[in-house]
Amino acid sequence: MTAVVAVLSLVAVLALVLILGYLVAKGASSLDWSFFVKNPVPAGQSGGGVANAIVGTMIIVGLAALIGLPIGIGTGLYLAEYGSGRLGWTVRFVADVLNGTPSIVVGIFAWTWLVRPMGHFSALAGSVALAVLMVPMIARTTEEMVRLVPHSLREAALALGYPRWRTSLRIIARTALAGILTGCLVGVARIAGETAPLLFTALGNLNFSTSILQPMQTLSLQIFTYGTGPFDEWHRLAWAAALVLMGLVLVLALAARWAVRSRHGAAR
Amino acid sequence: MAQPADARLQLEAVRLTALYGRRAVVKDVSILFPAHTVTAVIGPSGCGKSTFLRCLNRMHELSDGGWVTGSVLLDGADVYDAGVDPVQLRRRIGMVFQRPTPFPTMTIYDNVAAGLRVNGGRSHGDLDAAVERALRQAALWDEVKDRLKKSALDLSGGQQQRLCIARALAPEPEVLLLDEPTASLDPAGTQRIEELCHELKRRYTIVIVTHNLQQAGRVSDYTAFFYVGDLVEVGRTEQLFTKPTREQTEAYITGRFG
Repeated sequence: MTAVVAVLSLVAVLALVLILGYLVAKGASSLDWSFFVKNPVPAGQSGGGVANAIVGTMIIVGLAALIGLPIGIGTGLYLAEYGSGRLGWTVRFVADVLNGTPSIVVGIFAWTWLVRPMGHFSALAGSVALAVLMVPMIARTTEEMVRLVPHSLREAALALGYPRWRTSLRIIARTALAGILTGCLVGVARIAGETAPLLFTALGNLNFSTSILQPMQTLSLQIFTYGTGPFDEWHRLAWAAALVLMGLVLVLALAARWAVRSRHGAAR
Repeated sequence: MAQPADARLQLEAVRLTALYGRRAVVKDVSILFPAHTVTAVIGPSGCGKSTFLRCLNRMHELSDGGWVTGSVLLDGADVYDAGVDPVQLRRRIGMVFQRPTPFPTMTIYDNVAAGLRVNGGRSHGDLDAAVERALRQAALWDEVKDRLKKSALDLSGGQQQRLCIARALAPEPEVLLLDEPTASLDPAGTQRIEELCHELKRRYTIVIVTHNLQQAGRVSDYTAFFYVGDLVEVGRTEQLFTKPTREQTEAYITGRFG
């Protein structure tokens, strides 16, 4: 039995190692300074970089986090603190359904409700779509983390004359902060690589753009466009972009680990 | 620093019944806690003594389905009157629980200051003085004065419990409720808390729930014996332990049941 499980877990690790190894083998050679600071050059020419996609990813994901994190954390706090009634049950159910919704469906809705009324594709619509994907994830992890805080701590605060809302924020949420933070980082990492909902919303942009009301490029869209394009030069850049995106997710995951560790360290 | 409170200040439960839904766990209890005394509440597990304690500072009503009939008079005024804000009331009646509950994200200093800050409107100097006073009253000052900015979780269990007492004392309550405060402590820690009770009753009115009869005998002036929700007997501690008037009480204190 132990051997079987060991082999299975080895397969899982092997998959990750293969993916990473292949990415490095295919993409690392294209990673140079100009890859990070230059914009794409017209098709057929060699050289150029993905600066527009890197900046675009930061803007779109950043904006999505700005919208999604407060809503998600607030919802999670509500669910944990007041969510025992019918409304809480409903919100939890909706969150779970939304959590399982394919991201492309969310993209279609963002297209219907934002892109069409506005008349054009935009980074903003992309951010909203990503935020919608993020909210249920963040809400549920926040709820779990807040529920882990011992009941005795809440009682201690209330007995000290803390009003209920201050108990929730100053004592409960703060005690759960490390866990909530980790959930946020994991959530951001999840949406950083999303492609499908952006196809209908941010669309992609071969030029450098920082206007959130205009189409914008992201690394994931770049990989899609270049990876499915006809040029070898594009394929090369797609591999490199994939490596960068993977690195970004890895950094976020490490940051999440670190957030937990340092918090626990401080509390010891 | 507060003057010793008015000698007539007292806490009194009048025909107090505590329920969970339709099930009464404390039944029609009337009892007086004279000012500046320690009253021990004893009885077997599940006799409602903790629930009773939690009625005194209106914590019971926060439990699922928890509600109360009857009244609790603090200084003659019913704490269950419609006009009374339970949050404000709990600042007048401090409480310490079975297990130490320091706020894990706060320093030692911030833990003690927590109850003062929630009231607002204190200068830094005031706060420092109040924190020191509370820690001294809880006999913890000398042990922590050099590490006030360290995490409260660095302290031992007994120190944490005294920190919780300091935290409860900092807002200068009139009454201190102790819910089996030594249940999770070693003998040395227990002894420190018991000594504290003697010190603190000069300034506060203390009600202590305990399942330890020796402890009740050591710390209290009065003892109340609860059995399945009823207040069976209450009287001066030495009298209740030596000449109980009720058979149930005698059976319990001589160890024949419970």
